[in-house]
Amino acid sequence: MGRFVIRRLLQAIPVLLGTTFLIFAIVYALPGDPIQALAGERRVDPILAATLREQFHLNDPLIVRYGYYLRDIVSGNFGTTFRGLPVSTIFEGKFAVTLKLATTALLFEAVIGIGLGLWAALRRGRWEDKAILAFTLLLVSIPTLVSGFVLQLVLGVQLKTSLGIAFFPVAGVQDGIRSYLLPGFVLATVSIAYLTRLTRTSLMETLRADYVRTAVAKGMPRSRVLGRHALRNSLIPLVTYLGADLGALMGGAVITETIFNLPGIGQQLFTSVYLRENPVVVGIVTVLVLIYIVANLVVDLLYAVLDPRIRYE
Amino acid sequence: MKNPSIDTHPPADEVAQEPLLVVDNLHVEFATRQGVVRAVNGVSYTVNAGESLAVLGESGSGKSVTAQAIMGILDMPPARIPKGEVRFRGTDVLQLSEQARGQIRGQRIAMIFQDALSALNPVFTVGWQIGEMFRVHRGMSRRDANNKAVELMDRVRIPAARQRVNDYPHQFSGGMRQRIMIAMAIALDPEVLIADEPTTALDVTVQAQIMDLLAELQRESNMGLILITHDLGVVADVADKIAVMYAGRIVEHALVHDIYKNPAHPYSKGLLDSIPRVDMKGQELYAIKGLPPNLLNMPPGCAFHPRCPYGRPNCVTDVPPLYEISGTRGSACHYYREVLDGTVQ
Repeated sequence: MGRFVIRRLLQAIPVLLGTTFLIFAIVYALPGDPIQALAGERRVDPILAATLREQFHLNDPLIVRYGYYLRDIVSGNFGTTFRGLPVSTIFEGKFAVTLKLATTALLFEAVIGIGLGLWAALRRGRWEDKAILAFTLLLVSIPTLVSGFVLQLVLGVQLKTSLGIAFFPVAGVQDGIRSYLLPGFVLATVSIAYLTRLTRTSLMETLRADYVRTAVAKGMPRSRVLGRHALRNSLIPLVTYLGADLGALMGGAVITETIFNLPGIGQQLFTSVYLRENPVVVGIVTVLVLIYIVANLVVDLLYAVLDPRIRYE
Repeated sequence: MKNPSIDTHPPADEVAQEPLLVVDNLHVEFATRQGVVRAVNGVSYTVNAGESLAVLGESGSGKSVTAQAIMGILDMPPARIPKGEVRFRGTDVLQLSEQARGQIRGQRIAMIFQDALSALNPVFTVGWQIGEMFRVHRGMSRRDANNKAVELMDRVRIPAARQRVNDYPHQFSGGMRQRIMIAMAIALDPEVLIADEPTTALDVTVQAQIMDLLAELQRESNMGLILITHDLGVVADVADKIAVMYAGRIVEHALVHDIYKNPAHPYSKGLLDSIPRVDMKGQELYAIKGLPPNLLNMPPGCAFHPRCPYGRPNCVTDVPPLYEISGTRGSACHYYREVLDGTVQ
């Protein structure tokens, strides 16, 4: 197991290098002049522009600039924006907001998605199963943009104005964990649907497996056959999905953060791309990639814990 | 029939008159989209303590379904048992409550399956899986159950059992995995052991070892053994009697040496003739022509008639009953006498 962990950690290094370089290259290939963007519509003094270009290494070849960037990141320095602020101060608090949002969403997803999926699988073909499948279809067909505003209006505004229950804040992060419930659920909706279906299929497949039949033939009670013999095996593909989804949730939080006015990284990313704040964009995406890689690493380790066949390969 | 709901341990006199396990006119059907599949149509056989019965037949002949009906591990629905009895020590287990059945399944009637790799749970150690029998059914502690698992692994002759008890199924070879399956099945000294094609997935040399092991375990514990197979080669040394199944029915049953010497049904004869033999080297291997019938659309009359080399006009119209040839032998062929005499053309 120890060797497995070390091997997976070493494998993460080239992935990190490759992804950061790609992001770096793509962002710098975007059209438009960042120095001009600083000045908006006005003309920039050519001497000042040249000085700034020199200062930000904009005249160097891409690979050299990537080298500078890498050196700084290793020492924990994400660089400065074109406006002179350290990139890391822009991160402050924002990653925490998005991470809390994504974690809330992930919890909703795991509890509701796996719960509904297991229920549907155990009631295969009956009305509960059909209702759950129809519900997942409904969830995937409603865009976050719609579900976000509707839930905000109904649970955030109308619940307060008509019944006087002000449990769900309309926007912002002033109310601690409660602030994250609505946006977390909205962010999770589509994933809940996918996870429900994945869980259902996974458990149904496992229930057909020979070793489940063996457990029945051993005279094991049904609860044990399901809870011990089938469940652990059907969890394996779900862990993969949940791990990969944490990254997707963090990156995909832009709309939800905007609707509920959460000062998270998604909003910042959108603004920075718009303003062509390349160091900020690359910085944010690099951290997102890091989170993604770590999440995948955790998935791989969990995988090995759940499935002994992986450990020894 | 006495009240089946309570008594799983009938009085001794009843045990004496009834064989250990009696399958009586068992019917099993499956509801499918295409219609009702009649997988088992009136199968009857008996197994006594210490006796081995080989149930022989092609895939789809109903031999495994019969076994699963005995165990009570069919998925119902889609499966249904419209008729028949499975009497274990005189009690029709089909009438028992699920709870009462759970007391028999695995503990008094156990089963081993064809492919031990898929039949063992990949995420638990073999010791855990064997020990589970003792923990769940006997309430043993984890440590005691593990010791029992080691004992059983020794008994089925897995080398270095003490070291290997915490290994996972994928770390064993095919033959060793099947031994683990066997260890699990015999853990609580069952009275009947059903082996569903236990050697089909194994190398020929390993097949013989597993058959020897089964025979030996049976001798030691006086179990009734039902050996389901499509391979006539593996049963000759182990089985006392044979039931040949075709399209959900038993077409011939006999003591093992009788059937080898002189089959009384054209299908059994076809099976025997299709075994490769050294003295026939160089000649074309005999094969029964045609395919097993579609269970959704069974031919009228004798189900075997479209493939039978001796088919007569009334074979197409009259379903042959199981004619009794002697006390231990029966054949579902109108012309069994001619088949036995070799005079059939």
